[in-house]
Amino acid sequence: MKTCLVVDDSRIIRKIARRILEDFAFDVAEAGDGAEALARCRAHMPDVVLLDWRMPVMDGLAFLKSLRAEPGGERPKVVFCTSENEPERISEALDAGADEYVMKPFDGDILGSKLTVAGVV
Amino acid sequence: MAADPEDLKHFAGLLKAGSGFVLTRETVHLVEGRLAPLARREGYGTVDALLAALRKGADARLKDAAVGAMASTETFFFRDLAVFERLRDHVLPALAQARPGGRVRAWSAGCATGQEAWSLAIAGEEAAANGAKLSLEVTGTDLSRACLEKAEAGLYTQFEVQRGLPARLLVRWFDKVDEMWRVSSRLRGDVRFRRVNLVEDFAGPQRFDLILCRNVLDGFDAETRATVLRRLAGRLADDGVLVLGAGESPRELGQTFAALPNARGVFVKLSAARKAA
Repeated sequence: MKTCLVVDDSRIIRKIARRILEDFAFDVAEAGDGAEALARCRAHMPDVVLLDWRMPVMDGLAFLKSLRAEPGGERPKVVFCTSENEPERISEALDAGADEYVMKPFDGDILGSKLTVAGVV
Repeated sequence: MAADPEDLKHFAGLLKAGSGFVLTRETVHLVEGRLAPLARREGYGTVDALLAALRKGADARLKDAAVGAMASTETFFFRDLAVFERLRDHVLPALAQARPGGRVRAWSAGCATGQEAWSLAIAGEEAAANGAKLSLEVTGTDLSRACLEKAEAGLYTQFEVQRGLPARLLVRWFDKVDEMWRVSSRLRGDVRFRRVNLVEDFAGPQRFDLILCRNVLDGFDAETRATVLRRLAGRLADDGVLVLGAGESPRELGQTFAALPNARGVFVKLSAARKAA
């Protein structure tokens, strides 16, 4: 079973994402900010990270840059999932190593489509 | 919906003659959902009232709109991504190489709101960026004028651009306009749209090198399907490529086409010489 770490400071968003991802047969873990997510990744690297941008403690972009700099060569797919919807933000995320980008609000169709494009389902 | 059976029967005839769409016990439930917006817009209130008006003798515009509204508009960018990757990496470069100036003409037949035509244009631009000497012209056609208007505008909601379209291609080929996304001006030069009814005779002098007609033929009865397939084949270059939906094949045309291996729904036309070889 593939694993997905959902990183979002909103418990409701995490719950919605979890439901959708479980329908796609993912084993889902959650984190409320980038620092917590990084600690979880160091303990157990997931196959996919679904990542919010604006979060307290450590934001999504800082998390992504840290994740990509981790030793060990593991490269989980990272799909941003954020209300940042300007083209400049999307480019910034992709340049930093994101594999795909979801603009909120999202539903199962959109998330499924983006996971397909990212090659994880 | 409690339509008068005679009104429904009349509409079924109108639909079959106008678009080839066959109303069956399995598809009759679509009438309510697909005609309801038109019924409201035209002031009939209910679909039943619209159907009654159509039987009493509505004008051609309303008949056209009703027939057009029944067509499926389910479409999204890069539907079946593997097909577009195959077109970008192999089919389009090979077609271009065999043509003067790399000029390839493609037809998205039954393009609905245009996502397939624009995806094709993007695939062509990406193939050229990867080194193919390719100049791709895409024609998108549909029966529905309302769909064509949207296709031509090239303006899509955030929801629409997130279905199938990789983010990397979104930022490269679209401009954000308020909360919508518009196809970039560079891409617009590659695509034109016009109305074609596939059940009418669409013979013409122009031949296409690539025709996409995906998930359109399944709504037709066997005879109409075979007729449309024959006409499509007639408009395709001798070494042209026909792309149908993932589960579809041009079986009615016998040995005219060969399936490309590892690409569901992609068929190469066999010219007389190649068939003899």
